[in-house]
Amino acid sequence: MPLSQADVRHIATLSRLEFDRDQLDDFQVKLDRILAFVDQLTAVDMDGVEPMAHPLDLTQRLRADEADTGIDRDRIQQNARETTDGYYRVPKVIE
Amino acid sequence: MMRPVDLASQADQLAAGDTTSVALTERSLAAIDALQPTLNAFISIDREGALTAAAAADERRTAGRPLSALDGVPIAHKDIFCTAGLKTSCGSRMLDTFVPPYNATVVDRFAAAGLVTVGKTNMDEFAMGSSNETSFYGDVMNPWDTTRSPGGSSGGSAAAVAAGIVAGATGTDTGGSIRQPAALCGITGVKPTYGRASRYGMIAFASSLDQAGTLTRTAKDAALLLELLCGFDPKDSTSLDVPMESWTADIDKPLDGLRIGVAEAFYDDGLASGCRDALEVALDEYRQLGATVSTVELPHLYLSVPTYYVVAPAECSSNLSRFDGIRFGHRATDCDDLAELYTRSRSEGFGDEVKRRIMTGTYVLSSGYYDAYYLKAQRARQLISADFKAAFATVDVIAGPTAPTPAFGLGDKVDDPVTMYLNDIYTIGANLAGLPALSLPMGVVDGLPVGMQLIGPALSEARLLNAAHGFQSATDWHHATPPLFQGGEQ
Repeated sequence: MPLSQADVRHIATLSRLEFDRDQLDDFQVKLDRILAFVDQLTAVDMDGVEPMAHPLDLTQRLRADEADTGIDRDRIQQNARETTDGYYRVPKVIE
Repeated sequence: MMRPVDLASQADQLAAGDTTSVALTERSLAAIDALQPTLNAFISIDREGALTAAAAADERRTAGRPLSALDGVPIAHKDIFCTAGLKTSCGSRMLDTFVPPYNATVVDRFAAAGLVTVGKTNMDEFAMGSSNETSFYGDVMNPWDTTRSPGGSSGGSAAAVAAGIVAGATGTDTGGSIRQPAALCGITGVKPTYGRASRYGMIAFASSLDQAGTLTRTAKDAALLLELLCGFDPKDSTSLDVPMESWTADIDKPLDGLRIGVAEAFYDDGLASGCRDALEVALDEYRQLGATVSTVELPHLYLSVPTYYVVAPAECSSNLSRFDGIRFGHRATDCDDLAELYTRSRSEGFGDEVKRRIMTGTYVLSSGYYDAYYLKAQRARQLISADFKAAFATVDVIAGPTAPTPAFGLGDKVDDPVTMYLNDIYTIGANLAGLPALSLPMGVVDGLPVGMQLIGPALSEARLLNAAHGFQSATDWHHATPPLFQGGEQ
């Protein structure tokens, strides 16, 4: 089923992206084309096949629970546009 | 015959005292300057850092304590690897001002071996592309023909090595991003087994597929570089804790008895006749070298591209959710609330192809579609992986073309994402199954290089590199240089 413009807008909202009218048209056409292409998968019977999430059949490796110094906070925060006293600043969240 | 300088010969020259690291590094920096307007292979150049590191390497050499055989050799890193104090953009406006506070493990390992980093290479934005046309920093041009694409996403690294700016560079390969540009630029590109190389500090695209590797002129150079690059890293939870055998020790072993498999699945309608012919000649060369060639079946390989374009965007949409404008990366100004800050920072920071992948991934993971797409793709991935396992019961390596055609024109495929995605039709299977694979030059078609891909079972890098080196010992395709070549000869 082709994607509607409303579908594309909904996916954009979930993705935290926004588009103007022209961009929306372009994304609708190209996303439709991509989804039509991957729809080949739905035609194949794969019942009973174990899903493969990862090429390595590994369990999570855990390290010893020991304190580590890591990277200095001030150095990390040099990449943030707005900080105060070691905190990140964001616009108001609650009215 | 004069041959282009490679890593091994640079190491020999340094060991013999015939050159210095400073001289090699200055030559490399001069080549960047000469070719940057034509190729645009670099995003950042670290002139001062490189010359300081080179001088230190020369001092170690003079004092008789080089850190490794390649101590002092100049290389370049793809701009996806975090470099402390040096901008790491991942080809995106989102990270245009990002200066990492730490090194990727791959960067640390090369530094510990004394390699000199001259700069960071151009790439498709967040490694999402097969032509280097999605980079925020502009297209990279193919040194064989500057109207054509070098391939992608590691296009800057491939162009830099092909043009002789450096003899080796790092790349990453999620669906073919090392092997395809290596093929289109006429060099050797290797993607190791998933988990061999640390992903720590390598900006994530699709975590179950991403793997670091190398772009070099020869398979021998790849082995030298990969021995330094690969190894267990406790900082990467999917790093393989397996012994690292030498990949250079047996590289000269004769190819008698090597069992090569050829799959009908690799000979589809999209394969250019010139590539098909070059492959036949290459397989004959292998027969002459004592290898046997037989047919194997990969019945589900045709599902690899659609499977990939569910799995990779799904993982991408999750990984790229970290770019919210707050802790690092582009931040939109004058936002009234937090939601607007997220949305505008992301919309301004990401390019169109990255947005399409995020949107595709968000859709296939969204409520009501998960079973139809993501679960189905995971099942297809299992089938593709099982095909390879069955094939490797009877052969040591699977050979085929790396890409369907030689380098295509810049602008030719940008308007149709699916046509672009089909560039990776032969390479994606190895990523889905986590297998080691490489591309090596196998001929020239209409004045452009074409590559042969070799895929091996998990952890078979030594055998793969031996098979590639054996071919290169008997052929000269890897010595062919583009008209713009600026490297030295030996």
